[in-house]
Amino acid sequence: MEPRAPPAGPSVITTLRERLAGGVRSAGTGRPPGLDATHGLILYLEDVTVSFDGFRALNALTLYVEVGELRCIIGPNGAGKTTMMDVITGKTRPDSGSAWFGQTVDLLRLSEPEIAQAGIGRKFQKPTVFENHTVFENLELAMTGAKTVWKWLSVRLTSGERERIDAVLETIGLTDRRRERAGALSHGQKQWLEIGMLLMQDPQLLLVDEPVAGMTPQEVERTAGLLSSLAGKHSVIVVEHDMEFVRSIARKVTVLHEGAVLAEGSIDEVQANARVKQVYLGE
Amino acid sequence: MGTLGMGALAQSLRTDRGGRLFLGVLGVAMLLVPALNLLPPATSALHLSSYTVTLIGKYMSYAMLAIAVDLIWGYCGILSLGHGAFFALGGYAIGMYLMRQIGTRGVYGDPVLPDFMVFLNWKELPWFWQGFQSFPFALAMVVMVPGLLALVFGYLAFRARVSGVYLSIITQALTYALMLAFFRNDMGFGGNNGFTDFKDLLGFSLQAPGMRTALYLITAFALGATYVGCRLIIASRAGRVIEAIRDAENRARFIGYKVESFKLWLFVLSAVIAGLAGALYVPQIGIINPSEFSPANSIEIVIWVAIGGRGTLYGAVVGAFLVNYAKTYFTAALPSMWLYALGALFVVVTLFLPQGIVGAIGGWSLARRRPAQA
Repeated sequence: MEPRAPPAGPSVITTLRERLAGGVRSAGTGRPPGLDATHGLILYLEDVTVSFDGFRALNALTLYVEVGELRCIIGPNGAGKTTMMDVITGKTRPDSGSAWFGQTVDLLRLSEPEIAQAGIGRKFQKPTVFENHTVFENLELAMTGAKTVWKWLSVRLTSGERERIDAVLETIGLTDRRRERAGALSHGQKQWLEIGMLLMQDPQLLLVDEPVAGMTPQEVERTAGLLSSLAGKHSVIVVEHDMEFVRSIARKVTVLHEGAVLAEGSIDEVQANARVKQVYLGE
Repeated sequence: MGTLGMGALAQSLRTDRGGRLFLGVLGVAMLLVPALNLLPPATSALHLSSYTVTLIGKYMSYAMLAIAVDLIWGYCGILSLGHGAFFALGGYAIGMYLMRQIGTRGVYGDPVLPDFMVFLNWKELPWFWQGFQSFPFALAMVVMVPGLLALVFGYLAFRARVSGVYLSIITQALTYALMLAFFRNDMGFGGNNGFTDFKDLLGFSLQAPGMRTALYLITAFALGATYVGCRLIIASRAGRVIEAIRDAENRARFIGYKVESFKLWLFVLSAVIAGLAGALYVPQIGIINPSEFSPANSIEIVIWVAIGGRGTLYGAVVGAFLVNYAKTYFTAALPSMWLYALGALFVVVTLFLPQGIVGAIGGWSLARRRPAQA
């Protein structure tokens, strides 16, 4: 393996993000600036490498996600899917490489809550909703805003906030269950509620980890509809094993293998790819 | 508060059947108990003795303490096994005022120094006793001493993310340490005898029937106000956040709530309520000593709440009354059996009534209604 030459200096433009920005390196003040996705891309992962005790979970991974795109990430176990999510949300810091949210937000400089604030929402595999609160209250709790004690003691929901909650209830299809305890919902409904809670925070980019694991076929179908409807307004990255599900929602699929991109394209292109067949589909 | 507060109160009480019942019973007791004490002649069967009035007043201050514990334990999952300390500190603060009121009527007749200081051969009043001749100052200390202790203790504990059983253990250590400190004569709080032999409050004799009635009414009012205040908090958006923290602390933090400040704020409020309860308890009982700090006392409060039914507020009141009535009865009838009875009660409730007494009653009435609907 040949050692990669380090970037020679600010004048050398090495990444797509910098090329798009017209060669201007952003100073990176540490504070999250507003999202600038003027070049149509919302996420830039470039040459990201993460090692755990010598094992390369990510190996110079480069991945771009467009604004409003619904992207599926597939790959065998250990391909680096979860590590990639961890890098984007700030849970894991890469050894090298860069991760930018739009043109101006350097994800590697932000803490987990700051990344969440900047507009990246992550849905974990296991649904975690507030079981003793109603569906409506769960969405109310998840609403963005100044979350201090004193404000929350006196403040009532405004009609605008109520409308937002109603709109999200409509999106996730739980309008008629709004007064029910979240603990009484089915597994699938809890997953939708949690997606709804993410939507209350108005993220530009949603990361969704194995949303249909353990769902009934009907629930899988509704989840596919829900995620497809979110694309456009939000950018969505879905990590999933279920190929049928991926086929039903994905316009573009990225196959990860050993911490790097193996193939990218439509589901048919990817499934026709000889190397994908070899490592992933086991043919 | 104003009209918004009243509106919020009406709204929160509409869904709170147990609370309406409790406030109704409390209102009736506020009228009936003093009336039966003052109006019928002492020979009448309807007459309530002043002892009974004071006893009910004592239970009411315990009920306030139980609400304080239920507020943090039942709604926020903070199991404090040291709330007796805040209660005792409130009691000591009012006790210091009452000691200063004795004046020359003490055994040694010193106009400034309480008897125990004369006995210890102290020549002047220590600095921390200054100001306690003033009732407003003492009242401020009733609020501030427990509040500040809870603020410092809670800040350190919650910031270090101490929770669950570890927090319970350090609250036990807190009250135990305070008990040991207050037992020492040179602390200046009367050592193991504490304060007693109080004479009067705001110029009125504590022994006068009118004074006992007034203390009873103030305690009843404070209990009602505590209930309503806590209910308003629980019904607010902050209340929903507090319950969310109890159920899934990390999730609440991830959404962006400052979990530590919610916990700290609630803990301080709970300590202040406990301090006020202690300040209402001491003038009625007439004594405060370091045994109020004993770790077992604080555990007993948690047992009241568990037996009554946690996370309801009124359940805490029910538990405080029932357990303390049983205690009064047993310690008179079968003194040696009390601790066994309390232990048995706790085991039975934990095994068979996990929601406490009010939870069980709620369950029965629901079960009775359901077949009627079907």
